[in-house]
Amino acid sequence: MANKLILKMEHIRKQFPGVLALDDVHFELRKGEVHVLCGENGAGKSTLIKILSGTYHKTSGQITIFDQETDISNPKQAQELGIGVIYQEFNLIPQLSVGENIFLGREKTNQFGVIDHKKIFNGAQNILRDLGVDINANRLVKDLGVAQQQMVEIAKTLSLDAKILVMDEPTSALTDREITGLFTMIRRLKNNGVAIIYISHRLEELFEIGDRVTVLRDGKYIGTQKICDVSKSELIRMMVNRELKAQYPKRKSTIGKEVLRVEHLNRSDVLKNINFSVHRGEILGIAGLLGSGRTELARAIFGIDKINSGQIIIKGKRRKIGSPRSAINLGIGYLTEDRKTQGLIMQLSLKNNISLPSIKRFSRFGIINNGAEDRAAKQYVKELRIKTPDLNQKVMFLSGGNQQKVVFSKWLCSKADIFIFDEPTRGIDVGSKVEIYQLMNRLTEEGVAIIMISSELPEILGMCDRILVMRQGEINSEFLAEETTQEKILQSALGVSGAA
Amino acid sequence: MLRKDYLLHHGRQYGTLIGLVFLVIILWILTPHFMTISNLLNVAQQTSINAIIAVGLTFVIITAGIDLSVGSILAFSGVVLASVLNAGMPIPIAMLTGLGVGLLCGIVNGLLISYGRLPPFISTLGLMSVARGAALLYTNGRPISGFPNSFRYLATGEILNIPMPVFIMVIVYLIAHFLLTRTVFGRYTYAIGGNEEAATVSGVNVKFYKTMVYGLCGLLSGLAAIILTARLNSAQPIAGFMYELDAIAATVIGGTSLMGGVGRLSGTLIGALIMGVIRNGLNLLGVSSFVQQTVIGSVIILAVLIDMALKRQRI
Repeated sequence: MANKLILKMEHIRKQFPGVLALDDVHFELRKGEVHVLCGENGAGKSTLIKILSGTYHKTSGQITIFDQETDISNPKQAQELGIGVIYQEFNLIPQLSVGENIFLGREKTNQFGVIDHKKIFNGAQNILRDLGVDINANRLVKDLGVAQQQMVEIAKTLSLDAKILVMDEPTSALTDREITGLFTMIRRLKNNGVAIIYISHRLEELFEIGDRVTVLRDGKYIGTQKICDVSKSELIRMMVNRELKAQYPKRKSTIGKEVLRVEHLNRSDVLKNINFSVHRGEILGIAGLLGSGRTELARAIFGIDKINSGQIIIKGKRRKIGSPRSAINLGIGYLTEDRKTQGLIMQLSLKNNISLPSIKRFSRFGIINNGAEDRAAKQYVKELRIKTPDLNQKVMFLSGGNQQKVVFSKWLCSKADIFIFDEPTRGIDVGSKVEIYQLMNRLTEEGVAIIMISSELPEILGMCDRILVMRQGEINSEFLAEETTQEKILQSALGVSGAA
Repeated sequence: MLRKDYLLHHGRQYGTLIGLVFLVIILWILTPHFMTISNLLNVAQQTSINAIIAVGLTFVIITAGIDLSVGSILAFSGVVLASVLNAGMPIPIAMLTGLGVGLLCGIVNGLLISYGRLPPFISTLGLMSVARGAALLYTNGRPISGFPNSFRYLATGEILNIPMPVFIMVIVYLIAHFLLTRTVFGRYTYAIGGNEEAATVSGVNVKFYKTMVYGLCGLLSGLAAIILTARLNSAQPIAGFMYELDAIAATVIGGTSLMGGVGRLSGTLIGALIMGVIRNGLNLLGVSSFVQQTVIGSVIILAVLIDMALKRQRI
């Protein structure tokens, strides 16, 4: 590790209204290294990155880049300093081609000032080839898969002469094979002298790709270590400051009566002849690839999307669910896959979000009883250990894990006893994950039925009693959790013959 | 530290108030006549119609919508109300008819937007023209004038020395504030504007409540029509021309975000007062109405620029 130090952040502090987001944080980066930034949600990782990329201003502290002390005041300046950030949501324009995206804002023109498509195509194709990426620069971005879009994003950033590349959860939407491809590319970039700041919640990855790791906790700097000198459990201890018990806590619920049964459910081409049931105290897992119909099934049961035929039987009675309202009234709660776009109302306060589905219970003649609403919100903040300065805090200022807890509270508050959880632990750190698992267990012990949709097979195997595997809108197979393996589920999800 | 937080969170609201106070002080210095009880009541009275319409627009804009038809709805409600009065019907019936026409127009907007899935801009732009045309057709383009004194009392009367329009405005703000902050209806209004999809998933009947919000906006245009008709002792089919812009301006100056999900009625009231004070002040200073137009337009732009700068500061 004799490589040159290219970035040094010292004594960084960032004060937000009511929150000290970063308190005396240090971070450094050497040429050609992958430096992992680690910490629970709300530890301050994103804030640190946003300071580096010029989105936020540090309250105090010192940033040195290439031996020059700098004050990064806006994203453009960060770009000029050679800092490129690949966010989880890509900044690509879907309707434009790969080449047009790569050269967006600095289009190549001919002598008359007219855009020269050939030059753009050739230039982009060269960049992609240098990166070892096999994508035709003429294809439209919207026709590419997530992994390919990410490659285009990386190509675009590097073509801006980035020397420091920040990758925020780059693998969260990728398959195992695509991750291998990404890592190959990262290694190539390292050899070319690019320094990479890598953020991920998947610990296994960090050990595979990282050189050093810096851990933050509650906005404070905990330490920096070489990856080869630290074990997984040490790393977790640094992150959460407590021993994590078993990752998938044991559960002692008894499976009771059937509460939800779906028969011959069809929705155009998306869902085909779906049959299944779920019981009190049970966690039913639904596995399958993206686009296999898992989320569509949840939306159909919850009354968001119309069904063409089939029956939904709840607690023994045949029901028509025409809207989310009727689903809620029947005791169903739906934790959506994307909490930002469907789960929460960011400008509203924590308590207003928690009470939203059940606000009518807290009101008489349409007038809200503020006291009752406060008491309910306070109860869930305490029960779920939501970190917030007060009940009126807007949820946009909460960390991801705490936001997810607010969504949970919302459905607990609505007194749901059939829960559909769609990717309940996505983008959440290990500590909060275990808390959410424990909560699920507690719910089942109280007789609640849970349907859990997840892309993480270990989670499905660790938490569920039964597992349905969906493929192309159908239920392809059903397993008992204790009798199956990741391989079998994956084979079924992929439709490989000889499964089950 | 805590104090600074508080200022940052509430700075926006106080910012507008400080702007208003600043304006008042300047006018106090510039013209001796401004700071008299009679002139201040005059300002309040002139502001009242715009302020009442702006209440409806505040609800609409919090749902991330817009209503361009309020001025035309006012005109249509006004002429229908006037014809009912002139037909010799009792005043309460005439008033209810005026309110009803406004409510109905608003609900049509709401239905087109919610169930017809039209963008609010298009739907209300259409209705702006339709309602204006209807008012002209209904009256053959001629004003309807001459009402009983008991009707005119709604604009000329006083309660506790406060002119009736101001009194009505205060009542409207008190009720609307309660509606927005303390009821399910108000909560859903914020929720829909904040994130329509999340509101739907949370069981909010978005289409129904949106329709109601536009209905409320129409209803308040109808109320404004009653006051205006009583004040002018005449209902004109061309009344309320460009009122939508004044009301939108008051709302936006008052800090309601056109992106939806954020806004307060106290801000809207201050916004409406700022516009009223400027107009009154310019009149007292003898500034020509052409210049007034330009000044008021500039104030709107300036207010929103300052607002955006303040919001950036917060991050």
